[in-house]
Amino acid sequence: MERMLCAVVACLMALGLSINGASADPVAAADVKIIDGEVKTSLTGQPGSAVKGAEWFKNRKLGNCLACHANPKMTDEQFHGEVGPSLEGVADRWNEAQMRAIVVNAKEIFGEQSMMPAFYRTTGYTRPLKKFAGKSILSAQQVEDIIAYLQTLK
Amino acid sequence: MATGLFSSTAAKLVAAAGLAALAASATAVLAGPNDNKLVVDGKEYVTKLPGPEGGPLKTIYSGWNFRNEATQAMQLDDFDNPGFVNVETGEQLWSAVDGEAGKSCASCHNDASESMKGVRAQMPKWNEKAGKPLALEQVVNACRETNMKAKPWKWESNEMLSMTAFIGSHSRGMPVNVKTDGPMKEWWQKGKDIYYKQVGQLDMSCAGCHEQNFGNMIRADHLSQGHINGFPLYRSKWQKLGSAHRRFKGCMKNIRATPYKVGGDEFVALELYVASRGQGLSVETPAVRN
Repeated sequence: MERMLCAVVACLMALGLSINGASADPVAAADVKIIDGEVKTSLTGQPGSAVKGAEWFKNRKLGNCLACHANPKMTDEQFHGEVGPSLEGVADRWNEAQMRAIVVNAKEIFGEQSMMPAFYRTTGYTRPLKKFAGKSILSAQQVEDIIAYLQTLK
Repeated sequence: MATGLFSSTAAKLVAAAGLAALAASATAVLAGPNDNKLVVDGKEYVTKLPGPEGGPLKTIYSGWNFRNEATQAMQLDDFDNPGFVNVETGEQLWSAVDGEAGKSCASCHNDASESMKGVRAQMPKWNEKAGKPLALEQVVNACRETNMKAKPWKWESNEMLSMTAFIGSHSRGMPVNVKTDGPMKEWWQKGKDIYYKQVGQLDMSCAGCHEQNFGNMIRADHLSQGHINGFPLYRSKWQKLGSAHRRFKGCMKNIRATPYKVGGDEFVALELYVASRGQGLSVETPAVRN
C-alpha cells in the first residue's frame, strides 16, 4: 500500500514537472511589444493548435471572429459577419508575426478607430463590465491557437 | 426570404468588391436597408429621408427598413402588432384613478388623442421645473407624483411601457422633432460624446456599428442606424415591449461595457442625441423589431 502511494505521488510529481517543464509562463499582455507591426515570438513559447483555434474563432464568447469576418472555409457555420474584410486567403496577406500583432492589439496596427478589439490587452479600457475588468478577451495560448488556424487560410 | 425584397441593394453589393467572396458563400445575406414602404391603415410613414447637410448620415433609414419581411409585416397591421396589447392597457390606465389626489390622467388631460398628439415626437424635452430634459417616462412619473399623488412606476414596468406606448401611439406618423438648441445644447453634446466614445472590453462606440457599419451583418444581426423613433417597441427577442434605455443597456452589455443607469442623465442625453439623428422619421410607436 505504502509503495503504491509512493508510486502515485511520484507519478503525480513527474506529471507536474512535465507540465511545468513544457510550458514557460506566457508573456503578460502588458509586456507584449509590437515592433514594426509584428510580434515575432509565440506568446507562450508553444506552437498553437489550429484545431482549437478554429473553435475559438467561431466561439461567440471567445474570438467570435465570425461576428465581423466571413470565412468561406467555415461553411458549417451560419451567419458570417460583414464588418471586417473576408478572411479568405488571409495567410497569403499577413505572415504569422504580423497576424499575432493584429490579434493582440489591432488598434496599434489599424488605428484607434478600428472596430477590431484588442484580444490580448488588459488595460486601457473605459467602463469595462466588472467581470471583464483587467482581463484580456483571449488567453495567450488561445491567441496562438487562433493564429495557427488563420495560417491555414491560404 | 424573398430576394426581390432586397434587389435594391444589389448595386451596393456589386460596388463592394470585398463582399464578392461573401456573396459566393451559402450563408450570405444581402447587405443594406431595403426600400419597402411602411403603410399602416392607408397612411404611409416616412422611413427614409435625406440626412441634413454636413450631418453624419447621407440617408436616414428607420430600423424598420433593416428588418426582414416577416418582422416588417407584423407592423403593417395593428392587429398583428403585439405592441397594441400594451396600447390598449395604456388606454385603460389613462382613465383609471390612482393616488391620493383621486385623479386619473384623463382628469386633467382629457382625450389623449387630442392632448397627447405630437408629445412623443418631441421627447426628451426640456423641463423648466426639473432644470433638465426629461424622457417621456420621467414626465409620466412627475405627473403621477406631483399631480396625482400616486406612486411612480418603474421604468420597465408593464404599466409604464403601456402608458408610453399609448401616449406614443398618438404621435404615430408625425416626424421626430426634438429640440437641440438653447438649454438642450449642452445635453445634446453630452449625448454625442457618449455616442462616439469607445467603451467596454470590445472597445466599441455606438458610431462604430450604427454609423460606419449600418447595413452590414454582425454575425446574425443586421446592423441598423440605431434610430429610436419606434420606442417603446415590441422586440421578438424580448417577447415584450421595451424602452429605448433598455436597448441602450443591452447594446452596452454586448460590448462588455458597464451600462449607464436606465433613466439616468447619461441615457437621457444619449436618447436626445440619438433622437436628433433621426429627425424627420415618422414616430412608429409601438414598432416591431427582432
